Amino acid sequence: MGQHAFDEIMGHGGVARPELADLARWLADTPPEDLRRRQEAAETTFRQLGITFAVYGDSDASERIIPFDIVPRVFLADEWARLSEGLIQRVEAINLFLDDIYGAQEILKAGVLPEDLIFHNAQFRPEIVGIRPPHGVWAHICGIDLVRTGPDEFFVLEDNARTPSGVSYMLENREAMVRLCPELFQEFRVAAVDSYPDRLLETMRSVAPHGCGQNPNCVVLTPGHYNSAYYEHSFLADSMGIELVEAADLVVDDDVVYMRTIAGRVKVDVIYRRIDDDYLDPLVFRPDSALGVPGLIAAYRAGNVAIMNAPGNGIADDKAIYSYMPEIVRFYSGKDAKLPNVETFRCREPGALKYTLDHLEQLVVKLVDGSGGYGMLVGPTATKAEIAKFRSVLEAEPERYIAQPTLALSTVPTLGDAGLSPRHVDFRPFVLTGSKGVQVVPGGLTRVALKEGSLVVNSSQGGGTKDSFVLLDGGKRQAQNQTMGGMVQEQTL
Amino acid sequence: MLSRTASSLYWLGRYIERADFIARLVEATVRLDVLSPRPAGEAAWQSALAVTDTEEAFKASGAGLTRESVARFLTSDTSHPGSIVRCLDMARLNAKAVRTALTREAWSAINGAWLAFDKRASRLDPDRTLALVDAVKAETRGFEGAVQRMLRNQTTLFIRLGQATERVDDTARLLDVKYHILLPEGEPVGGTVDRDQWTTILQTVSAVTAYRWLYNDGLVPANVIDLLLSRAELPRSISAATEETIEVLTALAKRTGSHGEADRMARARHARVVRTRTKDVIVSGLHQHLEALIAENDQLHTAIGRQFKFH
Repeated sequence: MGQHAFDEIMGHGGVARPELADLARWLADTPPEDLRRRQEAAETTFRQLGITFAVYGDSDASERIIPFDIVPRVFLADEWARLSEGLIQRVEAINLFLDDIYGAQEILKAGVLPEDLIFHNAQFRPEIVGIRPPHGVWAHICGIDLVRTGPDEFFVLEDNARTPSGVSYMLENREAMVRLCPELFQEFRVAAVDSYPDRLLETMRSVAPHGCGQNPNCVVLTPGHYNSAYYEHSFLADSMGIELVEAADLVVDDDVVYMRTIAGRVKVDVIYRRIDDDYLDPLVFRPDSALGVPGLIAAYRAGNVAIMNAPGNGIADDKAIYSYMPEIVRFYSGKDAKLPNVETFRCREPGALKYTLDHLEQLVVKLVDGSGGYGMLVGPTATKAEIAKFRSVLEAEPERYIAQPTLALSTVPTLGDAGLSPRHVDFRPFVLTGSKGVQVVPGGLTRVALKEGSLVVNSSQGGGTKDSFVLLDGGKRQAQNQTMGGMVQEQTL
Repeated sequence: MLSRTASSLYWLGRYIERADFIARLVEATVRLDVLSPRPAGEAAWQSALAVTDTEEAFKASGAGLTRESVARFLTSDTSHPGSIVRCLDMARLNAKAVRTALTREAWSAINGAWLAFDKRASRLDPDRTLALVDAVKAETRGFEGAVQRMLRNQTTLFIRLGQATERVDDTARLLDVKYHILLPEGEPVGGTVDRDQWTTILQTVSAVTAYRWLYNDGLVPANVIDLLLSRAELPRSISAATEETIEVLTALAKRTGSHGEADRMARARHARVVRTRTKDVIVSGLHQHLEALIAENDQLHTAIGRQFKFH
């Protein structure tokens, strides 16, 4: 499959895309050992700084760094502009959908979605019905996973409207690239990503409940340092200059949330929570949750605190709902979705189930409520035994699965043991929604499958990451005296 | 500041200080053992265990009282909560819980110290022990340097509070045990081994040169005791550490408005330390004096936790 895929730098057939010819030349002219040295320097830094994630069930190496690849993936300015429009349209629809589903439920009355898909869905939270979050914003931070199959073919693979992670890698990868490959930034005009924390804080402040005054108290809520994304939680709190709290630091009194400080209780107005709904409040969700804050949802219902992302959001990024996203976008915006879905077979529907069972070797089958690459079948690379096993699982509980064709995912040159070779990538841009509207931060997280031919990019499954350049208009800086190809020495910026 | 954050910073300070102290103690003991004309051997390592109050735990581990096994026990034994590696583990865990409060430099110093131990072999000869100890000392110095460069706010104050509290405990233990049990039977007071042992104490607190500057005298045990008890010029003396505790608590009170029992206890303690004359202590019983100091330090530790709502 690899040789047929579109390469984001080398295009089809090994000739660099004209806009990226200079980048291709830089790749060709920089000795692989030089690239490798820089890559190792980046990884050493990541380890030194403890930019790690924990792998569940892996006692041998409880903390790992995500492999970093030195070759960036690049978006041209016009590609990015089109993508952004599609992302904004989609996230606006997601927010309207959530507001509707937990409110008037017009979309169900109109018959666009089957009701049981909502009411029998574990991600639907009846406890949230009737609550309206401050300023009507639900999905404040969305990570929309995209794949690409050609110059103009982008598809949404997954909407993450609960607690999407990876933004710290977007920022750290850029840090590493600026330090290790300064010549790229001298040559290309790359949109800065480092405004992300400021924009996130601005978003948090904008959705504070009315009456919080000029300086709403914003915090990041983490399950604690054993969580796999703890580094990101602390990174975000740190770069926004706000407190990183654990549930035990919070207390709810008379429907107001406070944090416990050395000087007594301090009121909390906005919580960026990185804890799943289930564990958020033992009085409302799982009673056995030790991570939760008793009374938090009551305070939320009373309008005294903003929670982002809003509890109950899971219904919007559920994989069964995902397949209806084109209809959802059309229902709320009156227009066709600018970003298409990957074709999806809902195994709950008999026809789709039959098609799936007949074509298992060609399909990717996923658990509706799975994540992190667990519980999935990648047909083309699966063994006969794995396919047989999945067949029986599918027949037993078809409603738990969806199936999608394996797309010829785009590739990007990636540094391996034998030098540069194309590896499949996907992409997660981050979309922020505040009281004043939706914005896309120009950049995102590119995940790369490090094994030849592999389509699995999840970090928990051995994937790596790359920096993602979004080129500003024109892309290139004004003519310079030097060319990049000759500049293999490190320079200081 | 969150109470949990304050508590983690305080413990971070304590554990870093403790790791550094044990590293110095091991280094001094290796020297004493290796350099003495007549190796002090078992007794030296016995006293290193006594200083850290781990004789029982060591006995329970089943290892023989050899240089190698005690050095390993005190440095890289992950099953022993008082080993350097476990102190660094705890320091790192606390640092991780408050990463947002630390600078990158401070965090990487702790992470660096921890990584230094990560892959070390468990069997240690003196050379390798010393190299390991040097690495720990270098990293803790790096940490202290990084803390110096941080904002002088509550964050650094709580770290310093932990360090000062730990220091009183460490120095008191060092002095107590060396004074009472180190000298092997039959060795004359003032003999070679005796002198080596007092030198070792000075090395543990990096004060060999300081001693010469301050006393301009040969090695006299009473002077060493005086140096460690009451010379505020020496950063690791009891006097300097009790003074530091007051300074930090006062600065914290100014910033947080939290002023209470801990402040009063710290002041009373320091006033007593300043009033106390070393020769009176030696006459009336150094051991009792030090035991009282250690107990009082424990009470202050509890009062600090109450005052800043650590729990």
